[in-house]
Amino acid sequence: MIGLEHYLTVAAALFVIGIFGIFVNRKNVIVILMSIELMLLAVNINLVAFSAHLGDLVGQVFTMFVLTVAAAEAAIGLAILVCFFRNRGSIAVDDINVMKG
Amino acid sequence: MSVADIAFYCFATVAVASGLFVVLARNPVHSVLWLILAFFSSAGLFVLLGAEFVAMLLVIVYVGAVAVLFLFVVMMLDVDFSELKAHMASYFPLAGLIGAVFLAQLVMVFGVWRSADGVIELRAAPMPEGQTNTGALGGLIYDDYIHLFQVAGLILLVAMIGAIVLTLRHRPDIKRQDVLAQMYRDPAKAMELKDVKPGQGL
Repeated sequence: MIGLEHYLTVAAALFVIGIFGIFVNRKNVIVILMSIELMLLAVNINLVAFSAHLGDLVGQVFTMFVLTVAAAEAAIGLAILVCFFRNRGSIAVDDINVMKG
Repeated sequence: MSVADIAFYCFATVAVASGLFVVLARNPVHSVLWLILAFFSSAGLFVLLGAEFVAMLLVIVYVGAVAVLFLFVVMMLDVDFSELKAHMASYFPLAGLIGAVFLAQLVMVFGVWRSADGVIELRAAPMPEGQTNTGALGGLIYDDYIHLFQVAGLILLVAMIGAIVLTLRHRPDIKRQDVLAQMYRDPAKAMELKDVKPGQGL
């Protein structure tokens, strides 16, 4: 019988893969954005798993809001990426030092 | 082992494996395609959990919009990705260490985790009997969470405006239609009538 722990394990694995991806591809902004999407997906799996486990619908409502924010974040992030590529001709994270921050 | 169990293990394996390939693929286009597969199998997991609406939302919003947006950007940018991937092997030990530490922390949390007493009484919105998942969610969103729902719409609007403002550029060297100039044009000045004699030309 598949219980809550199984889903939590899948979500934990996906979350760790997302973190791993950020550190492995630290030059490539596109893959970093995709890793963030993976981590948000893991959070969504957690929310829905607890929602199903407890019989509480609020978890699924929150999943929708996380989805909304993730979509907005992807759109803005990719727009910034396109803008940056037009100005610098590269998307390497090392080149993002215009503001000397 | 029931059919649902087998389906869970299939979806879970595919989700985790494709997540790993998103991170490790050489070509970013392949990364996006693996990401789409991860979203699809997570949608399968959501269906197994009885959250059909969220599963369909995942397919429509993530696969239909976000992943395609990634695909467009990856294909439109003329970047030498092999150069970006060149140093990947040198980051492996640190990334593996950080991943292992996170995994160990999560395992430790799962080891001692248990539900609070009386958690069933604390539920904010118990699933109503005899109603579909989509119907129950709709009732909840449009009744109890209407303000949050509208704020979510506002976030999407701001994101849309922001993305357009960031990426729109006016190029001076291309011709554009100026409707007002067309409408206010004086026909008398626009053309000139010449009386051409036969056999003479202009």
